[in-house]
Amino acid sequence: MNIEHLIHMANQIGAYFEAEPDRAVASAGVADHLARFWEKRMRQSLYAYLDSAQDSTLAPLVSEALTRHRERILGKRQ
Amino acid sequence: MSLQCHHDRGTPARTSTQHVTLSIDGVPVTVPAGTSVMHAAAEAGIDIPKLCATEQLESFGSCRLCVVQVKNRRGYPASCTTLVEEGMEVTTENDALFRLRRGVMELYISDHPLDCLTCSANGNCELQDQAGRVGLREVRYADGQNHLQETTDTSNPYFAYDPSKCIVCSRCVRACSDIQGTYALTTTERGFDSRIAAAGGEDFMSSECVSCGACVAACPTAALMEKSVIEMGQPQRSVTTTCAYCGVGCSLNAEMQGEKVIRMVPDLNGGANHGHACVKGRFAWGYATHADRITTPMIRSSIREPWREVSWEEAIAHTASELRRLQEKYGAESIGSITSSRCSNEETYLVQKLTRAAFGVNNVDTCARVCHSPTGYGLKQTLGESAGTQDFDSVMQADVIMVIGANPTDGHPVFGSRMKQRLRQGAKLIVADPRAIDLVDTPHVRATHHLKLLPGTNVALINALAHVVVTEGLVDEDFVVDRCEAEAFNKWRTFIADPRHSPEATASVTGVPADEVRAAARLYATGGNAAIYYGLGVTEHSQGSTMVMGIANLAMATGNIGRPGVGVNPLRGQNNVQGSCDMGSFPHELPGYRHVSDVATRELFESVWGVPLSDEPGLRIPNMFDAAIAGSFKGLYVQGEDIAQSDPNTGHVTHALESLECLVVQDLFLNETAKFAHVFLPGASFLEKDGTFTNAERRISRIRKVMRPLATYADWEVTQMLSNALGYPMHYSHPSEIMDEIARLTPTFHDVSYAKLDRLGSVQWPCNAEHPDGTPTMHVTEFVRGKGRFMLTEYVATEERVNRRFPLLLTTGRILSQYNVGAQTRRTANNVWHPEDILELHPVDAEDRGIRDGDWVGVQSRAGETVLRARISERMQPGVVYTTFHWPGSGANVVTTENSDWATNCPEYKVTAVQLSRVEQPSTWQKQFAQFSEEQMKLLKQEPAGAPV
Repeated sequence: MNIEHLIHMANQIGAYFEAEPDRAVASAGVADHLARFWEKRMRQSLYAYLDSAQDSTLAPLVSEALTRHRERILGKRQ
Repeated sequence: MSLQCHHDRGTPARTSTQHVTLSIDGVPVTVPAGTSVMHAAAEAGIDIPKLCATEQLESFGSCRLCVVQVKNRRGYPASCTTLVEEGMEVTTENDALFRLRRGVMELYISDHPLDCLTCSANGNCELQDQAGRVGLREVRYADGQNHLQETTDTSNPYFAYDPSKCIVCSRCVRACSDIQGTYALTTTERGFDSRIAAAGGEDFMSSECVSCGACVAACPTAALMEKSVIEMGQPQRSVTTTCAYCGVGCSLNAEMQGEKVIRMVPDLNGGANHGHACVKGRFAWGYATHADRITTPMIRSSIREPWREVSWEEAIAHTASELRRLQEKYGAESIGSITSSRCSNEETYLVQKLTRAAFGVNNVDTCARVCHSPTGYGLKQTLGESAGTQDFDSVMQADVIMVIGANPTDGHPVFGSRMKQRLRQGAKLIVADPRAIDLVDTPHVRATHHLKLLPGTNVALINALAHVVVTEGLVDEDFVVDRCEAEAFNKWRTFIADPRHSPEATASVTGVPADEVRAAARLYATGGNAAIYYGLGVTEHSQGSTMVMGIANLAMATGNIGRPGVGVNPLRGQNNVQGSCDMGSFPHELPGYRHVSDVATRELFESVWGVPLSDEPGLRIPNMFDAAIAGSFKGLYVQGEDIAQSDPNTGHVTHALESLECLVVQDLFLNETAKFAHVFLPGASFLEKDGTFTNAERRISRIRKVMRPLATYADWEVTQMLSNALGYPMHYSHPSEIMDEIARLTPTFHDVSYAKLDRLGSVQWPCNAEHPDGTPTMHVTEFVRGKGRFMLTEYVATEERVNRRFPLLLTTGRILSQYNVGAQTRRTANNVWHPEDILELHPVDAEDRGIRDGDWVGVQSRAGETVLRARISERMQPGVVYTTFHWPGSGANVVTTENSDWATNCPEYKVTAVQLSRVEQPSTWQKQFAQFSEEQMKLLKQEPAGAPV
């Protein structure tokens, strides 16, 4: 999967949730969206990038959500 | 006239709390006040002769055939224009009336060709019937002046106007004005010289006529007649079915001779259309038997090889073998499906079931991905259900109508006509659109506010409207307290009240003057029942889902939800796009919009389907393309979609299709996608199968088989054969059994059955124990999700921005005569109205570039380049250009980009930064496309090397 495209899409999601004043709620919102709507290959590609990138171009909120909610995003859906 | 057995009572029914009792021919009759004597008589079983009167139109009183006598009243009043009064005593038959009517009819017939035996209306003519009714036996004035030598106007491809047969009853003129709202017909001259004429032209074709056919249906003689009837004669039987074009879902009667369609007549009982239709549904059905139909399955091992015609057995076995081979080689997740919004609910349900149960994956999507997927997301988040809130009839109770990013008179013409009826009655209109769509200024309709925003700024505009509502104290506080989540509302109120959302702050972004926004917001919030209708101009943006939520916020904040006349109404594009979404076509949802991760739902389906189901969301269409190019997605089954033409960035799409090892296309024609296919499975048109469609108002309507499938099988049968070949058994013997399974598994469909649909005609879901006859209006006492949820809708500018290299914004849409990718309408005479896609641009932009009307113009974007012919139009605003995507060679989607909605990946078709320049030849892509298409057509006809003789 084209990682630039995935990053762009993830950052768009992040941009939507930036409006949420509570950072924890925003971060959980990003995570929930990725878990509910992104296919596994896409999520795994994003984590592969997050785990290896030196200078990530992921938006801070997205990085935070990926880091904080790894199990939710990669694990079994709820 | 049609074959429909409808007792025409002559004038429209009235509703009133007051009732009037009168006597007609000694029969006591009680009817609502305001009813005509003619209608009251019909209610009593007394049919008064008539010619100019019909229940579809307000009375006119011109023919004088319906005269009656009223006790203690002088003269012979026309019963169509005389209203009932308490105690009135009416006589409809006596010697005086007999003589009068026969005299009137004699005068009519004296100027009418007496060619009944060879007339196209023979056997189905009101004039003929009424002549018999009044006992006409001789015509004494046959040698007088007449119109018998007048020339027939055959300019319209679908109907002819023969003035020699016209009785100037004005039914056609009134149908055009009162029903269609186009006002293209008029009565010219006076007295004996009175003639019906098409306004704005020498003949029908050059006039303002939009060829809806309402005039043809209204004509009581053969003056206006379908050419198909003139050529083939009167139909013998009629089958009620549903139009396969737009999301209005008009009920049509297919009038047949054997298995041949003679004409389509809109069903007077149709819940969505009430007897009206448009140029597509009424006339453009010839594609169904077009010579381009492919009726034999074909396979090939590569797209550079000729097709080989094979038996159904071989095609199905080959397809199943290939799909299983791919799964064994590349993994289960390497294949998927695309369901069709043009196929039936039952067929769509089967394809997603095939994907989930037989393929074992959730890689299933539908073309709603590229149109209304943000509607599904946005309305689910806010209101709790992924569907519009009203029925179409609701518009007749709206006081303020806000149309956002939709062009109903072109895209949803029958509903557009209904909306115009309400607007002519005095409802106020707000249009938010970059273009001056027809509704902005059309006969007897003018928008109070046209918010001419820049493409891509919808969310800034909806926020500004909501800002005014909140900061000027226009919130319906009682509604919000009773019906909505308090915490979410308070958070939203604080958010939206921030000055950055004010009309003054957003004007520089949207291009809409602040005072205009404030006035529109006040009108919406305080003007009575306010209804929002929106289309793809809302959804097809990078913030499509945000905008849908913004619309829902605005409706909730002003209490405009949960009763007739208000609501949030997505105008769905294709005939069954609502249904395809309802049926579980999205990769994250099972039928009924239930997430695949929901354990209880999954267990329910597993218990009936007998296989374990994945709890992982699958790939969406754009994700499938990316995965194909990346090499992990190898096989795709596409039923009734043309992604190579309809999806954005054609170069990217065709790269993905070329990356597949097995592309299976099931369609009527060798469409653009099929040119990249390895298996072609012939499809069946809506005339060749039973099933249901669900329209934009959640109305489930039957389609009924009127002819045998040209390729032997209906589409659902093909999917079933494929499933069986894959080792997952399906044994439905009729689509009704599929619907029964849908009903068992889907709470909103629990009470839907073919028996109920046959009884009611149609039904709007939810249809279950709580709502056994369906639900015209949703969220009446509470939202589907319980409390309505306000969502934060920050405006985020699209990344598709203009710059010095690409200084203009391209937005795309559709026009009246063509439909979507044009696979159907391009194979009809509708091409006379739209033979090619045109680029509309403002005179200032044209002058800046030296472009004249009709010039070839190169359109360059970051994605690609194409060439279109220019039309200079004041409808555009400077800086914005527009085109359609109905013709594959136009390459409109070569230019559009993959930029998409943040929540759903719905492409941002409505915003593409472009530059224009005058050119002399097609683009490189267009030349390559023409060459590729030519090669593929040769491969279609060419026998493969070593093929058996």
